[in-house]
Amino acid sequence: MSEPIIALEHVSKRFVTPLDLAAQAANLFGAGLREVAVQAVDDVSFAVAEGEVVGLAGESGCGKSTLGRIVADILPPSAGTVQFRGKPRDTLEGAAARAAALKVQMIFQDPMASLNPRMRVADIVGEAPVVHGIVTRAERRDYVDSLLARVGLDPRYATRYPHQFSGGQRARIGIARALAVKPDFIVCDESVAALDVSIQAQILNLFMELRRDLKLTYLFISHDLGVVEHLSDRVVIMYLGRVVEIAPTEALFRAPNHPYTRALLANVPRLEAKKQRFAPIAGEIPSPLDPPAGCHFHPRCPFAMARCKAEAPALTEIAPGHRSACHLNAA
Amino acid sequence: MPARFQAEWAPVSRPESAPTHESPVLAVTDLSTAFFTRHGAVRAVDGTSFTVARGEVLGLVGESGSGKTVTGFSILGLVDPPGRIVGGSIRFLGEELVGASEERLRRLRGAKIAMIFQDPMMTLNPVLRIDTQMIEAITAHERVSHRAARERARAALTAVGIASPDERLAAYPHQFSGGMRQRVAIAIALLHRPALLIADEPTTALDVTIQSQILAEVQALCADSGTALIWITHDLAVVAGLADRVAVMYAGRIVEEGPVDAVLAQPLHPYTRGLIGSVPSRNRRGAPLAQIPGMAPSPAALPPGCAFAPRCPRADAVCATAPGMTGHPGNRAARCWHPYALESAA
Repeated sequence: MSEPIIALEHVSKRFVTPLDLAAQAANLFGAGLREVAVQAVDDVSFAVAEGEVVGLAGESGCGKSTLGRIVADILPPSAGTVQFRGKPRDTLEGAAARAAALKVQMIFQDPMASLNPRMRVADIVGEAPVVHGIVTRAERRDYVDSLLARVGLDPRYATRYPHQFSGGQRARIGIARALAVKPDFIVCDESVAALDVSIQAQILNLFMELRRDLKLTYLFISHDLGVVEHLSDRVVIMYLGRVVEIAPTEALFRAPNHPYTRALLANVPRLEAKKQRFAPIAGEIPSPLDPPAGCHFHPRCPFAMARCKAEAPALTEIAPGHRSACHLNAA
Repeated sequence: MPARFQAEWAPVSRPESAPTHESPVLAVTDLSTAFFTRHGAVRAVDGTSFTVARGEVLGLVGESGSGKTVTGFSILGLVDPPGRIVGGSIRFLGEELVGASEERLRRLRGAKIAMIFQDPMMTLNPVLRIDTQMIEAITAHERVSHRAARERARAALTAVGIASPDERLAAYPHQFSGGMRQRVAIAIALLHRPALLIADEPTTALDVTIQSQILAEVQALCADSGTALIWITHDLAVVAGLADRVAVMYAGRIVEEGPVDAVLAQPLHPYTRGLIGSVPSRNRRGAPLAQIPGMAPSPAALPPGCAFAPRCPRADAVCATAPGMTGHPGNRAARCWHPYALESAA
């Protein structure tokens, strides 16, 4: 495998809501109120190799978007380091830091929330490359036109505003903006979740074309396992802030190891399925404010043992390239 | 792998000889609903016909703006001005609903015909406790004591898999998770054992494990009570596992209808085929998806003739005339001049 472009080492992210004044005052009198903290990402380590597509899947609140933002350098991790091409990103300074930041771009879920409604498409796409000196002001127009054509938009639309486009076209604008600074690595956070299937297929095809033509590396975040399976080389499954399983896509979908992964896969509706009795796993995802002790999945797990309630399982290799965090593998 | 997860995907025994002679619970014929805007009348639903039998699950599939939700709203008489039903007939248990009085519709809604929405907060009042809302829903249609109504509400919550129903009855909707809220909405919808339940994308906003739980519950409850179910969704994969028959809508019209397995295995209409090809599937990993070029037309400016023709690989001059719904073997129908040939099953 080629050298990793992004490597996460023991990355964690805690969001803390500080106590307000009233609570602080109450604490002076011994109320013992504590800050509310969410461990959104809990000790995550994995690497993404050059040219690879890694799918990051999990349900609401599992921390996949937070992790994506950490990788895209939008959020700083609370602990751990993110290495970009072998160098810890927090040690980079000045021009090197800026260059590293440009090389990792993000495409968001809701293009209407991530595109400035008062800017024309030409400015949305063209602003960053001029600011960063990738093209001169004089070249900007041609550059924007070529980018729009690259993502399948008519360059004549460059003077329009985001609201004049359909959902699929807005997704393309978001992609053009990310490509404008010539990134090597793109974090796609639910970038196709809001689109109709026929439009989603067009955008997924575009992602694959761009990957091939521009030698891009993706971290593809999605709750939709069908999409993840289609696009990814490797898949990371998260549950309540922790990685529960990492495996090559083929292996993960053929032989999922972690009980959560198995349950998740069994519950994905499939076109090939005949009319069936749905056999769901019990319970709901616990609140990330107060995750269960030990293995976070144990209250819903049909195989939970005493050990699972006390001790969080480590992510251990069960086959080449296939790692899973479950005590069953040690038994 | 333990049996527990091995997708208890055992096929549900389906009554092969569905009692077709029995009159359907719902027969929609040539329904058209238009919205009268400044730019003229927009036909959101345009000549839609289908039937649903007792205990049957019909999947109504389409993309945004295809008219699937407006169809559901039309059945319940919930289309608000500037929209109204401009033609066709909706017969529910033999009774004509188009033109029925508001009072009559109010009697039916919630009692004989129920609906669940994508956002359960459309059903639930955020400032009332669950018990207040459920008891109100019961006493609106039946004369029962408060105590009996509460008991029924409690039983209904238990039936949709809500633990500790007594505590939950005294809670407010915001204290529930999204999946729980949807369960409460389903419990309310099924309080009066309706003959027809219309579900408009009720699991779209939910996580897969929760979606699966809701599907399991709705499926079991409808099977037990013989409720006919119309499941409106954009997700063909959900329909594949849930429905008996599927109707695919495009630009306000049903373009294909038939038994769900047959339609998914061998679609007749190019749009259905395109939709199926658009879904990432296990068999075609990494290969480009068979995308449909272009995008759905605005219902305000439909192309003349077949609305799908501008995006269709098989379109030719004939398609300038709108095709009618034609029957095909195997209890199927499609609205296309050039349907894909059915390979005869050996």
